Amino acid sequence: MDFAEREEEWALLMRSAIAGDGAAYHRFLIAVAPYLRATARRQCARLGRGGGDPEDVVQEVLLAIHLKRHTWDQGRAIGPWLAAITRNKAIDMLRRRGRQTEVPIENFIEQLPAETVSAGEEAGDVDRMLAMLNPRQRDIIRSVSVNGDSIREVADRLEMSEGAVRVALHRALKALAARYRSDAK
Amino acid sequence: MRTEELINALVTDEPSTRKRFDLVLAFAVALGALVAGSLFFLAIGFRPDIDEAVKSAPFLFKFVVTLSLAMTAIGLCSRLARPGVPTKEWGYALAIPVILLALAVFAELMLTPSSSWEPSLIGSNSRFCLTLIPLLAVGPLACLLLALRQGAPTRPGLLGAVAGLAASGIAATFYAANCTDDAPLFVATWYPLAIAMVVAVGYAIGSISLRW
Repeated sequence: MDFAEREEEWALLMRSAIAGDGAAYHRFLIAVAPYLRATARRQCARLGRGGGDPEDVVQEVLLAIHLKRHTWDQGRAIGPWLAAITRNKAIDMLRRRGRQTEVPIENFIEQLPAETVSAGEEAGDVDRMLAMLNPRQRDIIRSVSVNGDSIREVADRLEMSEGAVRVALHRALKALAARYRSDAK
Repeated sequence: MRTEELINALVTDEPSTRKRFDLVLAFAVALGALVAGSLFFLAIGFRPDIDEAVKSAPFLFKFVVTLSLAMTAIGLCSRLARPGVPTKEWGYALAIPVILLALAVFAELMLTPSSSWEPSLIGSNSRFCLTLIPLLAVGPLACLLLALRQGAPTRPGLLGAVAGLAASGIAATFYAANCTDDAPLFVATWYPLAIAMVVAVGYAIGSISLRW
């Protein structure tokens, strides 16, 4: 499958996702992650020892893709959109590590083969950021991610309405992104 | 946390019920224009000779310039706010109001004696121009910046500055209906000065608040 086909498939998945298909959204994120990982690895390798963990970049980019998915114009190719978000987040990560912000990776996704690493790697930044959220937000994010709980399960456990849990989860994810952002300053 | 686990959290988060981004932006423009319009009609109003003025070409031409500024700047905003969308054409489009105004100035210099140039440039409303345009731009700029926070600009400062241009375009459209100076020399001198202030504010706010 060449890049154009793959991009077309991603676009299809993302359109379904935006229309409310959670399974398509899951497949989209799982499919994109290896490309982000390949890019992040190359970049961290170039920076040497201080380059940090590529998986941190992958996770930050996934979060940004999630929170900004409505900025993808469904009539356009999805590759440049993904590339621009990844590039922007890579620059943020470099700032966080106190590096010069020279990132020559325009349209990098196009040239890279997918790495065959499983999507199961650990990363530390996200836990560090989570630690800075309030306990309730941290609890909700941990429940739906690490434990794989559904909204209903979290709602029952915390004695909240499902609607309140949805709102709290969304706010928590936004707060998490804000932590990354303020860390990059 | 493992990446798969993070993906679980993202998928569990509410499917995007957000309004389409271009609709959000259109709403912000409409609301901004409403705020500026209310301020205009409540506190500023048309010039006294508006019935005569609407028959004069230089008066009407001011709106051609300000509206083309507003439209091209809004178009550029909507592109700068989306990652990976080409912006070049809309960047060039911003030259349209500049070229139109430059042609009008050229025509004025050709058609009027040089003795009238200075009075026409200085006009009688420069102080109002420098205060009312920024004042009328506050509402539209606030609405635009709030809406653009939902975007994902790769250059937040630039987007803030262009939002300042768009807000100025809206503000100047209202102000032009109040101002009795219609000479292109006046418009080309004082309007850009007023607009530059709004652009600077937009840049300053944008480079902080439009980061994501």
